[in-house]
Amino acid sequence: MTNSIDVYPYIPNSVPEVKARMLAAIGANSMEELYAEIPPELRMQRPLSLPEPFLSEHRLKRHVQSLLAKNKSCAEALSFLGGGCYQHHVPAVCDEINGRSEFLTAYAGEPYDDAGRFQALFEYASMLGEMLEMDVVSIPTFDGHQAAATAVRMAGRHTGRKVVLVAEHVSPDKYSVMQNYGRSDLEFRRVPFDLATGTLDMGRLASILDEQVACLFLDNPSYLGVIQDGPAIAAAVHAFGALLVVGVDPSCLGVIAPPSSYGADIVCGDIQSLGMHMSYGGGHGGFIATQDDEALVMQYPSRLFGIAPTKVPGEYGFGDVAYSRTSFDKRENGNEFVGTAAALWGITAGVYMALMGPQGMRDLAHTIICRNAYAKQQLASVTGVRIPHAEQVHFKEFVVNFDASGKSVQTINRALLEQGIFGGHDLSHAFPVLGQCALYSFTEVHSQEDVATLCAALATILTK
Amino acid sequence: MNQVMHNISLSRFTNGRANLRRYHQARWDEPVIFELSQRGERGVLVPELEQEIAVATNQALSGLPHGMLRTQAPRLPEMSQNRVLRHYLRLSQQTLGADLNVDVGQGTCTMKYNPKINEQLARDPRMSELHPLQDADTVQGMLHIFHQVHALMMEVSGMDAVSLQARSGSQAIYGNFAVLRAYQEASGTYGVRDEVITTIFSHPSDAACARLLGYRVITLYPDADGYPDLDALRTALSPRTAALIITNPEDTGIFNKKIRQFTDMVRAAGGVNIYDQANANGLLGITRAREAGFDMCHFNLHKTFATPHACGGPAVGAMCVTQELERFLPSPKVVLREGSYAIDDAGPDSVGKVSAFMGTGSIVLRAYAWAMNLGAKGLREVSEIAVLNNNYMMHELLKIPGLSAPYAPGKRRIEQVRYSWEKLHADTGIHSEQIGIRAADFGVHYWTSHHPFLVPEPATIEPTESYSQADLDEFVDVMRHIAHEAYTNPETIRSAPHNCPVHAVDASVLDDPKRWAITWRGYQRKLRSQEAKQSA
Repeated sequence: MTNSIDVYPYIPNSVPEVKARMLAAIGANSMEELYAEIPPELRMQRPLSLPEPFLSEHRLKRHVQSLLAKNKSCAEALSFLGGGCYQHHVPAVCDEINGRSEFLTAYAGEPYDDAGRFQALFEYASMLGEMLEMDVVSIPTFDGHQAAATAVRMAGRHTGRKVVLVAEHVSPDKYSVMQNYGRSDLEFRRVPFDLATGTLDMGRLASILDEQVACLFLDNPSYLGVIQDGPAIAAAVHAFGALLVVGVDPSCLGVIAPPSSYGADIVCGDIQSLGMHMSYGGGHGGFIATQDDEALVMQYPSRLFGIAPTKVPGEYGFGDVAYSRTSFDKRENGNEFVGTAAALWGITAGVYMALMGPQGMRDLAHTIICRNAYAKQQLASVTGVRIPHAEQVHFKEFVVNFDASGKSVQTINRALLEQGIFGGHDLSHAFPVLGQCALYSFTEVHSQEDVATLCAALATILTK
Repeated sequence: MNQVMHNISLSRFTNGRANLRRYHQARWDEPVIFELSQRGERGVLVPELEQEIAVATNQALSGLPHGMLRTQAPRLPEMSQNRVLRHYLRLSQQTLGADLNVDVGQGTCTMKYNPKINEQLARDPRMSELHPLQDADTVQGMLHIFHQVHALMMEVSGMDAVSLQARSGSQAIYGNFAVLRAYQEASGTYGVRDEVITTIFSHPSDAACARLLGYRVITLYPDADGYPDLDALRTALSPRTAALIITNPEDTGIFNKKIRQFTDMVRAAGGVNIYDQANANGLLGITRAREAGFDMCHFNLHKTFATPHACGGPAVGAMCVTQELERFLPSPKVVLREGSYAIDDAGPDSVGKVSAFMGTGSIVLRAYAWAMNLGAKGLREVSEIAVLNNNYMMHELLKIPGLSAPYAPGKRRIEQVRYSWEKLHADTGIHSEQIGIRAADFGVHYWTSHHPFLVPEPATIEPTESYSQADLDEFVDVMRHIAHEAYTNPETIRSAPHNCPVHAVDASVLDDPKRWAITWRGYQRKLRSQEAKQSA
């Protein structure tokens, strides 16, 4: 059997007669002639060396499915992983809409032929704006990490200052992205957190702040799940004329105060929680939001879609706001750069917020806070487990310490995995000061029974 | 009974050629979603708290710091599920996806067919429900796919190492510049060699990302034949040269024969060569970055490798580098060790993170499935047909009065052509943008060019391998029809669009800070404030 064909289902003009006809139409004798401009010494002299293809759709499907069978997903296991990517229920309508050919395969059409794309993304920004109580929200950027990196650059340009303070309890990966992205122009300094409470160390913040500081960046709720005193932090930062940039998980905002309410100047975050599957990191999209202050709006590198009248009364039109800010318009003289990022997830997040409505978003945040509170209580009663910041209110995740058990998180997670449980993300490398700790995440999908299963498994493992 | 059968088809053709479609896009006149709200309606319910949890946690919010409790519910629309679905289905119908049209008019974007089987596979729960921090033992299938796509990119580029972390082509450009900076820092030349040379026909992100990482940008303009100017490069090179970033072919579709001279000169001057291969659709198995003397390149999986454009992402940009630069690639990396895959930290020289986790895994899977369906012979077929389609298209389009293809007359082009309506504009006053808007009335997209418009009244057409000869003819017919209108009835073009969901937008508000409105709440606030002023 040979894996060779002439006609490919995805390539209409692979039909030999058609090929010959088209070559004749343009006066060429062969395909080779079309490549006449490429010098022979640059031509590949052998076929690409690639695995044999699976030409039929059936064989291809079986092959890829055989690889997928080597994965064990969070749908099969009981997972407590969080740390920036979360297992939520994804409403069926979210998948239905983002699977539509029209949205899935559209790209860069005009506000006319792609009027629906523009309106859907304007509505996404508008609904997220209601959650955030802010009037300007960007078209999605790559992910929450990138949104934070851009937000602090915006703060730097806006203030004309170079020093960016970043809380030490942000995700190490997020800090790496920010630093990588910003350090050619900005100087990064860290602000420690209080080990006892898991909140920003206000004393250290006061000693680090000065008039060189462009902004403070922190996540609230933090990477460690703690909801911190936003108003106090904002007051401290603003006293030095610096901006407060807050990363927030929008799924907490049905219950938790939006950062704008305590004075955040730029708010950013990730929208994966708003209706996207985790997809091994494929579900991320970032947002950046501010109030409608012209000077700040002009610092966005991202596309911003606005509403506009058309020549027909009563007809809603849309288009790009202040396009001249962007690298599309000004190349290296625009703000940072702009391009393809995560627009389909913006549309999907809009669908999610519309489905949830105000009551759904409140129920979601409330149930997550309660489930975390309950899980803390239950885990605290397991011998060998300590909850370091137990007295705080946690959203979606909290730190679990295993020092008293004498076992490493790595050992514990191995043992949990044998029972079909994905234990919390191991923090012992990124935050050695916390000891043998893991970040355990609980959302609306984790039932009381799931918590009991986890506690029982840990009780057995830790006493072995 | 003298009823005869009617040959309906006859009236659909003129002189053997299909008439233009009597197309009209959906026009639902759909309200903005907030206007659909009805107090109390629900779209989806959250799993209720178990009674025991509710009792045990009834004080859960009491520890919140003062001011951290939301006081007013977010003013989201309140809608039942089917009403949300209907609203978005209507908006989808007002969006012209590539699946629906002969999408050759969005040149440089490589709008090719995104196979549905790949979509189905990427939505399998064994893909969609993977958390990116899972133990490597539980994602062996996924890591195998990453590893295989690395190998594919290495073979197609001739480079030695790959990272799939970047979430788009532009982010890969940025990532490659981050690698350049790390390499320069390791060799002590960062800040000394601080200039990046690019060309005006290269993507805006090539210049923008260089600036972002602290480089001064030098932009070369084409010579009289449309090639990047070798003499201009010679002049630009200096002890301050950090790198050249260039595309080949550029948006003109003309392959730069002297590319090896370019890269040799840059290397001799101590610079690094970066190839923007966002779109490599005409070159798979034909020619590679390595043989042309490049040290780095990147591919957009959502262009050449057939993953959906998704209204502008999610996406992947594959960063490919030589062995010398491998240690600077983003962390983590996938390695094969004793028969199983592991995820390793990339080491102290790595640039660190370019994006969250491992990037967009679900897009990597789609590209893998696409390549595994085609194989080496199929990938080459992709490129050959893309080039054949492009040259056929150019041959047909150039028969239209008023249209030209500047530079390199008579030469074959690779995957796309940047055309010019300069003559048509001089004759009729119609601009290329207006032709694009009118094209929408016939159900096709059309794109001019990035700014600045070096080619006057530009249009960039890229047929890819996905369209049949009849499809291409149909697009040509639309262009011919519009060009004819320009000469005979330009008002129809000036007043376009006619058959789209909306009519001409008053774009002046979008650049006016007093009137722009980026959210519905911002719009309402500005309207209220205007009303207050008027009544005062």
